[in-house]
Amino acid sequence: MDMMTAHQTRSLTEAASAANPKVVAREVEVYYGEKRALNKVSVDVPDRGVMAFIGPSGCGKSTFLRCINRMNDTISTCRVTGKITIEDQDIYDPELDVVQLRARVGMVFQKPNPFPKSIFENVAYGPRIHGLAKSKADLEVLVQDSLQKASLWNEVKDRLHESGTGLSGGQQQRLCIARAIAVSPDVILMDEPCSALDPIATARVEELIDELRNNFCIIIVTHSMQQAARVSQRTAFFHLGTLVEEGATQTIFTNPTDQRTQDYITGRFG
Amino acid sequence: MTDVSVLPGSHPTRRDLTSEDARARVRRRYRSEARFRWYGIAALVVTTIFLVTLIADILIKGLPAFTQHSLSIDVPVTAEMADPEGNRSEQSLRSGDYTGLVRNAVKAELGVDGRVATGHISKILSTGAGDALRRAVVADPSLIGQTVKTTALLSDDADLYYKGVGTVIERADGAAAAKPSDVKGEITVTAPGAFAAEVASLRERAATTLKELEAQIALYDGSSDQAVRDRATPLKEQLPPLQAIAANAAAELPLDPHISSFLVAINGGIVKVSKLSGDVATGTALIPLKTADAAAAGTWQRVTYVTPEADRKVDDSKVAFLDRVQTDGNVSRGLNTLFFTSGDSREPEMAGIRGALVGSILTLAVTLALCLPIGVMAAIYLEEFASKNWFTDLIEININNLAAVPSIVFGLLGLAVFLNFFGLPRSAPVVGGLVLALLVLPTIIIASRAALRAVPPSIKEAALGVGASHQQAIFHHVLPLAMPGIMTGTIIGMAHALGETAPLLMIGMVAFIVDIPGGFTDSATALPVQIYLWSDLPEAAFKQKTAAAIIVLLMVLFVMNGLAIWLRKRFERRW
Repeated sequence: MDMMTAHQTRSLTEAASAANPKVVAREVEVYYGEKRALNKVSVDVPDRGVMAFIGPSGCGKSTFLRCINRMNDTISTCRVTGKITIEDQDIYDPELDVVQLRARVGMVFQKPNPFPKSIFENVAYGPRIHGLAKSKADLEVLVQDSLQKASLWNEVKDRLHESGTGLSGGQQQRLCIARAIAVSPDVILMDEPCSALDPIATARVEELIDELRNNFCIIIVTHSMQQAARVSQRTAFFHLGTLVEEGATQTIFTNPTDQRTQDYITGRFG
Repeated sequence: MTDVSVLPGSHPTRRDLTSEDARARVRRRYRSEARFRWYGIAALVVTTIFLVTLIADILIKGLPAFTQHSLSIDVPVTAEMADPEGNRSEQSLRSGDYTGLVRNAVKAELGVDGRVATGHISKILSTGAGDALRRAVVADPSLIGQTVKTTALLSDDADLYYKGVGTVIERADGAAAAKPSDVKGEITVTAPGAFAAEVASLRERAATTLKELEAQIALYDGSSDQAVRDRATPLKEQLPPLQAIAANAAAELPLDPHISSFLVAINGGIVKVSKLSGDVATGTALIPLKTADAAAAGTWQRVTYVTPEADRKVDDSKVAFLDRVQTDGNVSRGLNTLFFTSGDSREPEMAGIRGALVGSILTLAVTLALCLPIGVMAAIYLEEFASKNWFTDLIEININNLAAVPSIVFGLLGLAVFLNFFGLPRSAPVVGGLVLALLVLPTIIIASRAALRAVPPSIKEAALGVGASHQQAIFHHVLPLAMPGIMTGTIIGMAHALGETAPLLMIGMVAFIVDIPGGFTDSATALPVQIYLWSDLPEAAFKQKTAAAIIVLLMVLFVMNGLAIWLRKRFERRW
């Protein structure tokens, strides 16, 4: 590895620069069996705002994302080394309860996957299992609040008890976001949230992400560089399992330091 | 973004779609597709024919068993027969001879008497003919001394006779005045010229039968096998009387059980003719005549029972009795409620499937109670929680193997373990249920695992993503979605268990059990075993019962499979 590690190249003048980073990853490596999928990734994710992970298919950006809420634990052959902390707590600490972690780190998946239950139940499920609402009235307020934050309330307020799977694709994805924010997570992970959506629905979801960035730390994996440019403040570029470069989105897209980043964003490969 | 390099000449030459070769290829493809379609249709047609034949056969045989003939009759209830102890106690009333009362009433109605006639009437009536009357009298002892209208169950032979297994009865009015010699016993009926037609037709019939018989004898005699030649011997004994009839040109024709029976119905009685000439019929009065007066032409009848007496189950006297009570309008055909409300019996008309049905239900209840929780839990554990290693692989392989083990092996296992080792009661639904549970468990585990696997992983991920634990994700989200599939698998497994016979034979659920089982440890039998038992019995009525029980079993199976389909459709969710 003759390349210098990306975080060393980060511009310190950036406003969003993480003086107090939310998620800190150091030397994270992921193995699927014998195969190494991630190679010594170190990155700081700032407390508020959106960070985008970009890179060609199979570069390890989703793998890294799934390390942050330990979703990789569900794959039996997967092994993670290195250290990831969220608010100075090591999430791979054996003492730590994975379920508690996942309540703090919400996730939105590539394909909208609402539970085949009512819209209300979709949002209420998380708060209910974590005991976040004391009463039924509390729960109703929480559900409404989450749906409003996900800018879905006006569309579904009259049919809260209809099935969540009856919504359109974009609405389903916003429902999934409402479901994720209902448990008040510290971090929201989004794994290509718009790849299954049409451009109009994509625009709605991007608007929503933009609104949420004031209250949450959002990490988004995307294939669309335009999307990364539109919604994120910071961008990290992954290539072949390594983090090539990380910095303010504007810098990455206009003045990347690494040749590979340059090649990727100008469409030479990918 | 990948460079596409086009190599010169790499493009194939343009295909000529109009060439003979290309056309032949298209034709060949069309032919092959048409052929395939015809194979499919042919397979469907063959299956349909088999299915329709099977169902039609079962329905034709079985449907008559759902109705039963009974005789409605006024019975004078005498104290000495209904209440043998004379104290009007329930026990005494129950022990009364009500079938005897009914029999006496029938005898009085027909006006017959004597030991032989009594025997015939006993055969017409079921041994349970007095049951309705007994119930009525036990409920209301004041009926003793009165004449009570009751419905008496007819015997299986009588029932089959009315259902058309008896004989064709031809009747013709007497063309001349007839004069009987007496009212009972041996009687001659003199009617000049009235019987000429019968004499001719009976002689002709005897000649035909004789010819068939001789051909049969010749066939047997021609055989090189001694056993086959021996079969001719009893047939040869039938020859002389037939020859006598066929060859006899004399005035008196001696009749024989191997040709149609001829009777004379006159003055309210009926005479079975044993010697017949053109003018005179001599025979025995089966039902006594009311008077010995001469009957005018057209007021008496010549009756022929076409099927020879030797070829049917009900002899002439019984036919005469049955025909009489039917003509009087006392026989009614009703739904055979006894078939659904009683247990097994040696008398076909009293045998029912209730005992077997209850036995099957109890057995299946045990099976379901064991299989569903164990099967579903095992499936969830294996599918979602068990670590993948050689041990779980071994278990998985063995579960799949168990599903292919012949059911009789499970029966032997049940016999060795549950009966001999644990000493559980023989013939009991609890043991049957345990054995069938072993049989069905692999089916349920496999079906449940398939159903769990069919739930998209995104649902589980979504639940994990909001912070549900693995177990919460499974029980709150995956299991409810897999439930229709699990239910379908379970119901089909249960239907399989319901139709299973072999393992139940091994643990003694193959017994003649009259009582309807009241609990899990009572002796019981199951529907398919009952079918097996009945199919082994010689009575024609039990053949019908067998088919009827098969209809009931198939109905239950259809309902269960229908329920499975309905559940699947009802709870099928899209995601």
